[in-house]
Amino acid sequence: MAAQNLQSVPAELTPEEDAAGQAHFDRIIAEDSRIEPRDWMPAAYRKTLLRQVSQHAHSEIIGMQPEANWISRAPSLKRKAILMAKVQDEAGHGLYLYSAAETLGQSRDKMMDDLIAGKARYSSIFNYPALTWADMGAIGWLVDGAAICNQVPLCRASYGPYGRAMVRICKEESFHQRQGFEILLELSNGTPEQKQMAQDAVNRWYAPALMMFGPPDDDSPNSKQSMAWNIKRFSNDELRSRFVGMMVEQVRVLGLTLPDDQIRFNEDTRKWEHGPLDWDEFHEVLAGRGPCNAQRLERRRAAHDDGAWVREAAAAYADKQRAKQSAKQQKEYAA
Amino acid sequence: MSPHGNPDAPASSATEINREAPNASPKVEAAPEAGPAVDHHDRSTWGLWEVFVRSSRGLSHVHAGSLHAPDAAMALRNARDLYTRRNEGVSIWVVPADAIAASDPDSKGSFFESPQGKDYRHATYYTKSEGVKHL
Repeated sequence: MAAQNLQSVPAELTPEEDAAGQAHFDRIIAEDSRIEPRDWMPAAYRKTLLRQVSQHAHSEIIGMQPEANWISRAPSLKRKAILMAKVQDEAGHGLYLYSAAETLGQSRDKMMDDLIAGKARYSSIFNYPALTWADMGAIGWLVDGAAICNQVPLCRASYGPYGRAMVRICKEESFHQRQGFEILLELSNGTPEQKQMAQDAVNRWYAPALMMFGPPDDDSPNSKQSMAWNIKRFSNDELRSRFVGMMVEQVRVLGLTLPDDQIRFNEDTRKWEHGPLDWDEFHEVLAGRGPCNAQRLERRRAAHDDGAWVREAAAAYADKQRAKQSAKQQKEYAA
Repeated sequence: MSPHGNPDAPASSATEINREAPNASPKVEAAPEAGPAVDHHDRSTWGLWEVFVRSSRGLSHVHAGSLHAPDAAMALRNARDLYTRRNEGVSIWVVPADAIAASDPDSKGSFFESPQGKDYRHATYYTKSEGVKHL
């Protein structure tokens, strides 16, 4: 097995060794320190992380599609270059996260196979269509904004490789939100039609963005355990409330409005509140019945198949070079 | 090697590597539940490499992350695209992940405990010189 030295491999242990491992794990979590790949970890911790990190990786990879779709139609060369850089970042973020997931003992190929086979989940947000150029603004501002809100606390996740990947991702992500804000601001200050286009995009992306934080706390069965393990630091509703508070301020600068007349700051709880969200829709989209699920998976499958010859050619070339090298070495030894 | 793609050398030119390419076969790391053979992977599966980046002259190479590549030249290129998109580095090392030997986390105590009780190895152990200048 490659990289066995660096990866986490569940081993057959005696009950005494397991108990010692659990005690060590508990101590590290209690100290708010970090678990590293070769440490003993509970099977459920490994499983939870593998699910979360691989889903996160898949989201980055599928998340390239709504925006890549607009690269050829960006309104200027500058916007095209920015969008390309952003989509390239998303690819990079997917790769950082697949690497982190691999340290848990799952191969990247297996994860990618699961995604293509429709067995793996990814963020429901990417199953909505990007209909106009203003959607590039709304995705950057709202979707990346919500992602950042969610990801900043994950930089302190108890699993070392995941936290380190998130630090890198958060550093790169901040430009994503700013460029989206800028697109909306320019449209908002443009013609009445452009302003309307910006408002329409915000109207469509607002609720799906809020749902990115996951189901309400009382309907989020895994949250409690994830928080006990220091993977999650704040609950879904807590992060959603913070996000709404930030958006309320920023939308004023944009000269636009949020499509929610029930937003208010609750003086008693000191938290922002928002109108009801359609959780039936969320579960439908997550279950594969959203507007673009089939299209996104089909595109990913085609990209994977279309790239097969490149992967094979590179491997064949590497094999050939190695054969040449070893023949040369043998000749040298013989001489 | 050209700093920003568009190289005049072919994609996997050996001239990019100033050392013999490590002889890493593109092995797969079998998932624990996958059993001994991983037969659904074809030969296009690429090996795992660890990436080390020197952020500027005078500093050490520091581990940045890992990636998959069929050979050292491609690993270097992938590392450039993946870990230095914003001028994070002036030099990159790539090492086949299975070439790295790591200490065993379980032997933490016995492996690392030797400095314990040896605080005379630190300058702070020597207190009589306090107040003496340039010492």
